[in-house]
Amino acid sequence: MTTFREAVRQGMREALEADERVFLMGEDVGRYGGAFAVSMGLLEEFGPERIRDAPLSESAFVGAGIGAALAGMRPIVEVMTINFSMLALDQIVNNAATLRYMSGGQFSVPLVVRMTAGAGRQLACQHAHSLEVWYAHVPGIKAVAPATVADARSMVLAALDDPDPVFIFENAILYPLEGELEGDGLPLGRAAVRREGADVTLAAYGGSVGKTLEAAEELAAEGTSAEVIDLRSLRPLDMDTVLASLAKTHRIVVVDEGWRTCSLAAEIGMQVAERGFDLLDWPPQRVCSAEVPMPYAKHLEDAAIPSAEQIVASVREMAS
Amino acid sequence: MTAIRASEAPVAPEQAAELLHEMLRIRRFEEKAAELYSLAKIRGFLHLYIGEEACAVGAMRCFEPDDRIVATYREHGHALARGLPMGALMAEMFGKQTGCSGGRGGSMHFFDASRRFYGGYAIVAGGLPVALGLALADGMQGNPHVTGCFFGDGAVVEGEFHETMNLAALWKLPLLFIYENNLYAMGTAIERSQAQLDMELRARGYGVPATTADGMDVLAVEEAVRAAADAVRRGEGPQLVELKTYRFRAHSLADPDLYRTKEEVEQWRSTRDPIDLFVAQQGIDDETVARLEAEVAAEIEEAIAFAEAGPLEPVETLEQDVYTP
Repeated sequence: MTTFREAVRQGMREALEADERVFLMGEDVGRYGGAFAVSMGLLEEFGPERIRDAPLSESAFVGAGIGAALAGMRPIVEVMTINFSMLALDQIVNNAATLRYMSGGQFSVPLVVRMTAGAGRQLACQHAHSLEVWYAHVPGIKAVAPATVADARSMVLAALDDPDPVFIFENAILYPLEGELEGDGLPLGRAAVRREGADVTLAAYGGSVGKTLEAAEELAAEGTSAEVIDLRSLRPLDMDTVLASLAKTHRIVVVDEGWRTCSLAAEIGMQVAERGFDLLDWPPQRVCSAEVPMPYAKHLEDAAIPSAEQIVASVREMAS
Repeated sequence: MTAIRASEAPVAPEQAAELLHEMLRIRRFEEKAAELYSLAKIRGFLHLYIGEEACAVGAMRCFEPDDRIVATYREHGHALARGLPMGALMAEMFGKQTGCSGGRGGSMHFFDASRRFYGGYAIVAGGLPVALGLALADGMQGNPHVTGCFFGDGAVVEGEFHETMNLAALWKLPLLFIYENNLYAMGTAIERSQAQLDMELRARGYGVPATTADGMDVLAVEEAVRAAADAVRRGEGPQLVELKTYRFRAHSLADPDLYRTKEEVEQWRSTRDPIDLFVAQQGIDDETVARLEAEVAAEIEEAIAFAEAGPLEPVETLEQDVYTP
């Protein structure tokens, strides 16, 4: 068994060994070992040129990742949290996402950016939000969120193989998760069915997948068979897998740690309405975060983000 | 201030003619672009470089074909001096598929991979971190290339300038900062936006050696930029050159130019025009000037014909090149 944290590290290690163009750059990725200990030990293995500590200059080091990618390198840029990535949004939205298009296809930006997202560790209003949908909104970049140990490793490798900017969102509650390192080898951009079921489709990503599987277990005890889809990729969205499931179950709940308004769940619900309206026996439902900045107190934080209980309750309402 | 002044001695006549030719190409190209803008052949924003030609022409001579260039949204001069074909630039502004960016970028976003021209960036200072990364890649790969990064006085009050200067010096990267100080960030004079106007002093604060040159004197520009580029090539890390210049035209063709007096502009135009100064300084005769003007006029006519003849991208490929196929 391997932890999710070790799996991300293993993915990076394999890439660093296989391709000398690959390097890791970010705040405290080297001597400190990574703010979440993801890169612990890599400095000793690969040296300070390739495990490159950057100062607190998010815009400059993300932009440097773009420039280095343009000049033939394969950078992995680590941004400590998604909230900090706001400081680099200019480089991401105005440059990484646009360079290929606005150059008429002359340049590609094979950049990988990893960052933590999500709540659950009482980190409050500036460290724990789930803003993945902001990235999923932007043409020109790809956004993925591993939920399993195997994906934690394989998505790093697949992202580095991709010629365009790929953003990997690691929900920080997943780092201690244990599982098998070898996975199903799905390409980026594909969703995975994590549990088969016949009565209701539950679609989730990242840190919400585990809670959704818990909910499915509870529902099974009540006689409701839930199919759980791990979206894996937020842009592009694999709606074919979602709709194929809906064709069996005719009911769907989307679980999304982002805020409800303009959430990824809203996008999925709309696409379901556009493409799968006739499949529906019940209006699409969503379980999202409460519309508040993330509170510190544990009981409030718990209440602010999706839980297995909320998911179960949402399904029960449909069944009633 | 260690202002660099070129020697008063004339350069060889062929070299003088070449420099004048390059400056005239930019000047006349942009005058024509302004005309075509009023005819609605060119749309969007059009930011003219007129008055600043000596900066691009003098600086670009110091870069090798394998070096890398990052420019701003006022980059017609940089692109022409770097050797991007005039027709491809005009076609780009016409929105044609034959443009240097396929008609996707327009005036503010010229690109040319074959000439290592990494683009015009329209977020002020947004190109600096990209230039940092280009230089980082060369540093890591042991390439002998220099990245030349052009920016203006608007950029030096952005956080990305501070971050990039610090990191370039910290990592000792082969990056040459070329600061074109035209005294106004759109309508805001530098005195109203910079607490410290002495860039050499500021650059020293980051550990980046800096010099200042008269941006209206093409030879002074070349001398200053070459000295800095040589230092970068010797592995001495990033350098900065400030080119003191002035924009003769409004910020863009949408700008009524109300923030400076007509007298101020006229004073610069009549006494500090880089083309007039160079012709006088080098004693270039009328016949030579007329010959060069004729060559430039012909090149511009050809460029317009090329732009006119170019096809528009079919709407069917609108979504092409969002991602790499």
